Formats: sequence, structure tokens, C-alpha cells
Amino acid sequence: MNNQFVLPGSYKKWTWILIIVGLLTIIGGAIAYHPFEHAGHGVNTDATRFWAVLLQNSVYWLLLVNASMFFICVTTMAMGGWQVALRRVPEAISSVVPILGIITLVILLAIVLGHRTDIYHWLDADAVAHDKVLKGKSAFLSPTFYITWSVISIGLWSLLGRKIRKLSLDTDKNGTMDYEAGKKWIWKNTVWCSLYTVFFGLTVASTVPWLWLMSIDAHWYSTMYSWYTFASTFVSGMSLVAIFIIWLRGRGQLEYVTDEHLHDIGKFMFAFSIFWTYLWFSQYMLIWYSNQPEETRYFVDRIGTQTQSGPYHGIFFFNLVLNFLCPLLIFMKKSTKKNWTIVTLVGIMIIFGHWIDFFQMVMPGTLHEHANVETMFFGFGVAALFIGVIMWGVGRYFSNHRLTQINHPFLKESMIHHT
Amino acid sequence: MAGGLKKFVVGSFDDEAVLFPAVKNVRKAGYKIHDVYTPFPVHGLDHALGIRETSLHTAGFIYAITGTTTALTFISWVFTKDWPLNIGGKPHFALPAWIPITFELTVLFSAVGMVLTFCYLCNLAPFVKKHHFHPRATDDLFVMAIECSDKTDDAEVQNFLQNAGAKEINVQVAETGWWIGRYDREQKLYRHEPGY
Repeated sequence: MNNQFVLPGSYKKWTWILIIVGLLTIIGGAIAYHPFEHAGHGVNTDATRFWAVLLQNSVYWLLLVNASMFFICVTTMAMGGWQVALRRVPEAISSVVPILGIITLVILLAIVLGHRTDIYHWLDADAVAHDKVLKGKSAFLSPTFYITWSVISIGLWSLLGRKIRKLSLDTDKNGTMDYEAGKKWIWKNTVWCSLYTVFFGLTVASTVPWLWLMSIDAHWYSTMYSWYTFASTFVSGMSLVAIFIIWLRGRGQLEYVTDEHLHDIGKFMFAFSIFWTYLWFSQYMLIWYSNQPEETRYFVDRIGTQTQSGPYHGIFFFNLVLNFLCPLLIFMKKSTKKNWTIVTLVGIMIIFGHWIDFFQMVMPGTLHEHANVETMFFGFGVAALFIGVIMWGVGRYFSNHRLTQINHPFLKESMIHHT
Repeated sequence: MAGGLKKFVVGSFDDEAVLFPAVKNVRKAGYKIHDVYTPFPVHGLDHALGIRETSLHTAGFIYAITGTTTALTFISWVFTKDWPLNIGGKPHFALPAWIPITFELTVLFSAVGMVLTFCYLCNLAPFVKKHHFHPRATDDLFVMAIECSDKTDDAEVQNFLQNAGAKEINVQVAETGWWIGRYDREQKLYRHEPGY
């Protein structure tokens, strides 16, 4: 059995190319956009552009890699044995959470402590004092709560994830487990996974998207928003898992992972694309049906009104084509979910599609009508940095550890998995 | 009534683990398996029998898009042509409001359509009868029916099944299709089996 995986040279080369491109973009942005100057609506939008793009990318990529640990935890808690053969892949992706977490935290702190009212309107103490709605929310939308909760969230995701990865890595050292030891290990693993799941529910599935993204449109609120963000990042996280599995399978690794496992990952990508669309629609539907004109602001900023189409009209619906229509029609058949090429291409498309989704979540409230093609290209450059860091972290995990957790008590169940 | 009378050699197995190699060997020997009747769905048996993948899901997709089209055309006709209502000043052609109903009709059409298609493909309907090769196929036996042609030596097939591990072997001349009415008098029902 192949114990140690040696990263191909081209992988390392591309990792560094992406990181360097990303860093150059950020340095170029820092020079060209004067990010530390004061900015307001229509004034000095370049500074706003810099921070908005960094916010969009850091939150998107952090939540994307964080979703893979959630995947491990829910399948563990459901006593799912099928994922054991491929479990090290989401583990490797989740090992990037602390690194991206620190980068994100730096960006969020720079925005809040730098008093960037162009990003978060609620940072403007003067405006809050004269605004009834914002005043009511001020306990939640305050720098103190924002910083405390962000630090706790990123810290606990990292620590709990580290503990769960350590439990998995320990089995490599300790050798085969007998029935009693296996039972004990499963129990311990399940307890830690349940703790992570509960904390995930308190953060990603509720408060964190409210704080980091929804508070951009500080007056507006939607109960669907966090679920929407979660679905968005979970489906792209599963796509990343699928891409890495196919990449490793193509190099003769992960010998127990068959097309049946890939089929199940494909089902996750298919099902959660539909789930995302359900929330995409419901968020609008609830406002539309219950006649709340004051809440339509969010959609007016994006798609515009009946007579005048908004600046994000195209992106808003392009989003639906990429993230709903294409996965729905392509992944409907069983054979496409087992086809390596198609899964890879759809995976890349979904990751790109939800990046666009985050673009239209962040930009309308910050840049308003000033988001142009340049913003998107600056975003691509910044995204290269994050992709490079993810590749670097995942590659490091792959080359330091066994690619299959061979001592997991459920491994046999995973080997004979058949759908 | 459809199909006509045919001769079958019927072997009954009491173990899945014996059934699978038997199916493989019978097919390799060139005999034509009419069908295998099992008390419960056996995972992978369809692949072992070499049955082609069902097209039921394609039918389901067609029913689904029929449902989508029906819902959208009907609702849009009602709300824009037949009986336009002013609902809170919202536009008559109010697509968001129709999405839930469209979704529901899509699901309804595909679900009902697929159930009916499934029943049709399996010859399942009220009052429709089919020949039972062994009454215990619904209880604890895996029953394999091998179709005989004019040239088949049924003694040889029986011998083959004996070696493959069948517990009970017999030759039956049976109707392959379905019919409406009663089971023929020779058909022994399970409750008439000795020891029941």
C-alpha cells in the first residue's frame, strides 16, 4: 500500500504561481486603490472596492473550506460508513481553516477597526444614533460584539476541527483496533463531531452570515440569509472535495474510493444546488407574498424595479443559471455523476458560480452602481491567492499523512459501498 | 391474455450466496433465464442477470416537464386572460407566486406518472393475474425460471440446476403473460401447502 504521497512538481508550481499572482494583485490594489483613505457613497470608490473584494473573497473561501469539516461531522453523526475511504480529503481541506481564518480575521478587523462605514453602515456611530432601526440592532451590530464573536467563531472552528483531525490521525499511529477500542473511538469521535455541528449551527447557519455579510445592508434582514449562505458554501465545498478526489484517483491514490463514492458526492452537489435554489427563491418569495415593501430594498439594489433594471440584474440571474439550471440538468442522470470529467467541470462551475453569488451579495450594498469589470478582475486576482493557499494547505496535509484512514472501524463498510 | 404457453425448468434456492454463482453459471452455460423471483429486493441481482437499466426515470422526467408546462400555461391563462385579479397592485403575470404551484404539479405529475408506469411495466393492476412459479417465492425461496426452447433437454437443465445448488427442481408449462380472472385450479396456493 502506498503510504506516502509525493506531490507532483506541477502542483507545487501552480500553488506558488497562484499565491504570487494573488499577492501581486493585492499589492497592486493597495497601491492603486488607496485603501486607507476615507470613502463614502460615490466618493473614492476605489478604496471601497479594495475592501469589498477582500471581504467577499475571504468570507467565501473560508466558509467553503469550513464546509468540509461540517460534511465529516454530519456523516459521522449519521453513523455513515461510506465516507471513510475518502475522509482524509475533506480533512485535508478543513486543515486550511486556521490559515484562512487568520487572513479573514485580519481583513475583518481592518474593516471594523479602520472604521470603514462604506462597507458596514452600522459602524457610523452618528448615523446609528439618528436611526431607529439601526439603534434597535446596535447590541448585535456593534464593533465589540462583531470582533468578539468573529474571534470566537474562527477560533473554535479551528480548535474543534484540529481535535477531530487529530482523532483521525491518531488511529494511524495506534494500529488496528479491537471491538472495544473501536467502539470507544467511535463514541469519542461522535461526541467531538456533535460539538462541532452544534457550534456550526450557532455560527455558519445563523449569526456569522448575519454579522459578516447581511449587515452590509444594515436596515434589511432575512431569516433565509444564513441558510442561503450555508447552502452556497456547502455545495461549493462538496465540489472542491469531488475535484480533489478525482485528482487523487487520477494519480492512483485513494485505492478504496470507487465511482460509487463519487456518485454520492455528486448527489450532494446535485441536491444542495436545488436546496440553494429553494432558499434563493424563498428569500424573495417571503417578502413578495407578505407585502413588505420596506424589505424589497435588497432586491431593488440588485435586479432593479419593473421600469428600470438594476446594475446587478445580469449577474443575479446568471447566478441562477450557473448554480441551478446547469447542475440540475447535467447531474440529473446517474452516469454523469460518475463521470470524472463532467464532475470536475461542473465542480469548477459551481465553485465559480457561488463566487459570483457572493459577489452579488457583497457588492450592491458597498459599491452600489460602481462595481465594474475591473472589480471582478481584481476579485479574480485575490481569489487566486486564496486558491493558492488552499492548494498549499491541502498539499501539505496530503504529503504528511496517509491518504486513507486504514484503521477506522467502518472502513470495510466504505470499501464495499454500493449504491 | 398475452404471451402464450411455454415450458420452464424451475429451480428454487434457499440461499442468496448460492443463488448468485448459480445465476452466473446458468447464464454462462447459455440457458435463458426467464426471471428470478425473490422474497425481497436482492442488491446487485439485476446486474448479475444482465437486465438493462430501467428507463423509468426518463419517463419520470417527461412527466415532470409535462407538469411544469401544464401548471405554467394554465395559471398564466387564468390570471392574465380568463380572470385577471388585482392582488395588492402586483402584476397580473406574477411568476413568483406561481412557482410553488408549478413545483407541486411537477412533482405530482412525475410521481403519479411513474407509479402508473411502474405498475404497467410490472403487469400490476387490480384483477390481473400472473402465473406463480413457486408460492414460497413470496416467503423464503429464491425461484429461478429457465425458459426452454424446442431443442432444450430439460433433464440436462435439471441436472445443471441440481449441481448449482437448487433445493427444489421441477418442470412447468405455464402462461407467460397476464390474464384477467381467476388463478387456474392447478395453481396451488400457499395456504394449501403441507405444513402451513
